[in-house]
Amino acid sequence: MKKLVIKSKGLSDKAIGWLFIAPTIILLLLINVYPLIYAIRMSFTNFYANKLTQVVKNVGLKNYYKILGKEAIWEKMQITAHFMFWTLSLQIIIGLSLALLLNKKFKGNELLTTTIVLPMMLSPAVVGVFWGYLYNPQVGLFTYIVNFFYDFGSFDMLGSGTLAPWAIVIVDTWMWTPFTMLICLAGLRSIPGYLYEAAEVDRASKWQQFVYITLPSVLPFLLLALLFRGIENFKMFDMVMELTGGGPGSMTELTSMNLKREAFEKWKTGYSSAYAVILFVTIFGFGNVYVKVMNKIKDR
Amino acid sequence: MDTSRSPMEPSGFSKKIAAFIIIVYTVVTLIPITWIVLTGFKSVDSAVSYPPEVIFEPSLEGYVNLFTARTRQSEEYLDSLPPPETWYEELVRSKDMVITGPSKFFSRYLNSMIIGFGATFLSIFLGTLAAYAFSRFKVPLKDDLMFFILSTRMFPPIAVAVPIFIMYRKLGLGDTHIGMIILYTVVNLSLAVWLLKGFMDEIPKEYEEAAMIDGYTRFQAFFKIVLPQATTGIAATAIFCMIFSWNEYAFAVLLTQFNAQTAPPFIPTIIGEGGIDWPAIAAGTTLFLLPVMIFTVVLRKHLLRGITFGAVRK
Repeated sequence: MKKLVIKSKGLSDKAIGWLFIAPTIILLLLINVYPLIYAIRMSFTNFYANKLTQVVKNVGLKNYYKILGKEAIWEKMQITAHFMFWTLSLQIIIGLSLALLLNKKFKGNELLTTTIVLPMMLSPAVVGVFWGYLYNPQVGLFTYIVNFFYDFGSFDMLGSGTLAPWAIVIVDTWMWTPFTMLICLAGLRSIPGYLYEAAEVDRASKWQQFVYITLPSVLPFLLLALLFRGIENFKMFDMVMELTGGGPGSMTELTSMNLKREAFEKWKTGYSSAYAVILFVTIFGFGNVYVKVMNKIKDR
Repeated sequence: MDTSRSPMEPSGFSKKIAAFIIIVYTVVTLIPITWIVLTGFKSVDSAVSYPPEVIFEPSLEGYVNLFTARTRQSEEYLDSLPPPETWYEELVRSKDMVITGPSKFFSRYLNSMIIGFGATFLSIFLGTLAAYAFSRFKVPLKDDLMFFILSTRMFPPIAVAVPIFIMYRKLGLGDTHIGMIILYTVVNLSLAVWLLKGFMDEIPKEYEEAAMIDGYTRFQAFFKIVLPQATTGIAATAIFCMIFSWNEYAFAVLLTQFNAQTAPPFIPTIIGEGGIDWPAIAAGTTLFLLPVMIFTVVLRKHLLRGITFGAVRK
């Protein structure tokens, strides 16, 4: 009886639901989850993708021991940590400051916001290329402008081991500060005006208003921005690859660039799969814990 | 709405200071982009002069070099040639070179377009269906499925690149347009589903219910009622997918080399004689960034939503 009714109205909602969702899930399973499982399987072998005739042996956890015991890899982790710490801190501080200023709603506000946002929409690889030109020690505009204010003489942002890690921090900050700015701005605009009015009545100082009203309201938004930027910068590859290629030496070689070298230049497929799994577990673990903490703060 | 000025309304003076600082920041942040656009109109010599030339004689050398392949020739040979027919030939000849054919830039740009449009179309198509189902139906494990879809975005591209590379090699999908379209579709799907679900949630259910009482089937209601209402959201999502595919580099550089190579891995490889041809790179960069800048202006109202996967809607 029920079947008849449904039939007269076409497929049942449940059937349509599955019909609509299935293609997406299947595609994600095939191109994202299957490769990941495949990588996990390969991570226990000594497989080389460029030596197809070689017998693949199971080596157990050897790849994992090797990676975690290798000092060079910890160096890359440290480089990535430096990059993440400074880019995230700068982007949060500058982004929040810009948002506070933009929130004063002066004329031309919208236009300026859209203009400021431009860098983050650009292709990171191409951004890396043209910053390479700006940083050029002989003809670069960056070099010129810095020397205009204080004459350092010729200095090589990308060629010096001490400067190069900062060169990539500057470009990433230039590119992504608008991201935190936009999110903070949304946070600021969500604060109801009466809170400040009440505070004014209670004679709270501007500073107190900022600490007790503004900051707590923006905090969830800041944490969200931090999460997105954290994940993205942990995966960072394109911009830095084109800007420094990891150099000088390997002073700016982030983990994902190092992984690319192991996987696509040395073709140590088994070994690099283990490397990939370690990176994936790290980001997934951190991400999950972070989201839990973030939700707790939001609920408070 | 606010007839009475609240005491919190910033004073004129503090507004002026804020505007001033923001304008300074905007100018500084635009310098790199402006500089690269200008460099595209410089001659090779002018691009490598120090101090950098702000005022220069405009030249189309960069654009000509970007689109052509050239070889240097001896003076005798150049003299023996018939006079140049076009302005760009003349420009190349004045540098003692002849055009030997078109460069690869155009085909790389075209690849970016084909792959971008293909992936955008597919991810919007699949994403709209899935988003509708998630928005309207009781799907078991809905939250888990949605989180699963989002989590695919956390995968570092390099981490899945190795197995995908091997898979694609076996299937013959390496360095093909289809292969790249499928790959970018998958990467875009998480964004498409999340954003579109948000947009669909905002369309009142009552519209479809009323239509269905009038005898529409669920499919008809979806196509005739929901889709037209969701057009803005779908368009905004499509632009985000397009921008992502357009900008993507990691998969492109690892999985394509000749046939399906897109512009981002190609632009850095543009070289001139005895060094990097900065005006040509700048010209290519300008042409490559232009569509995204236009899109950004078009998208400005939905920007925040797009970059946060719909988490912040404003």
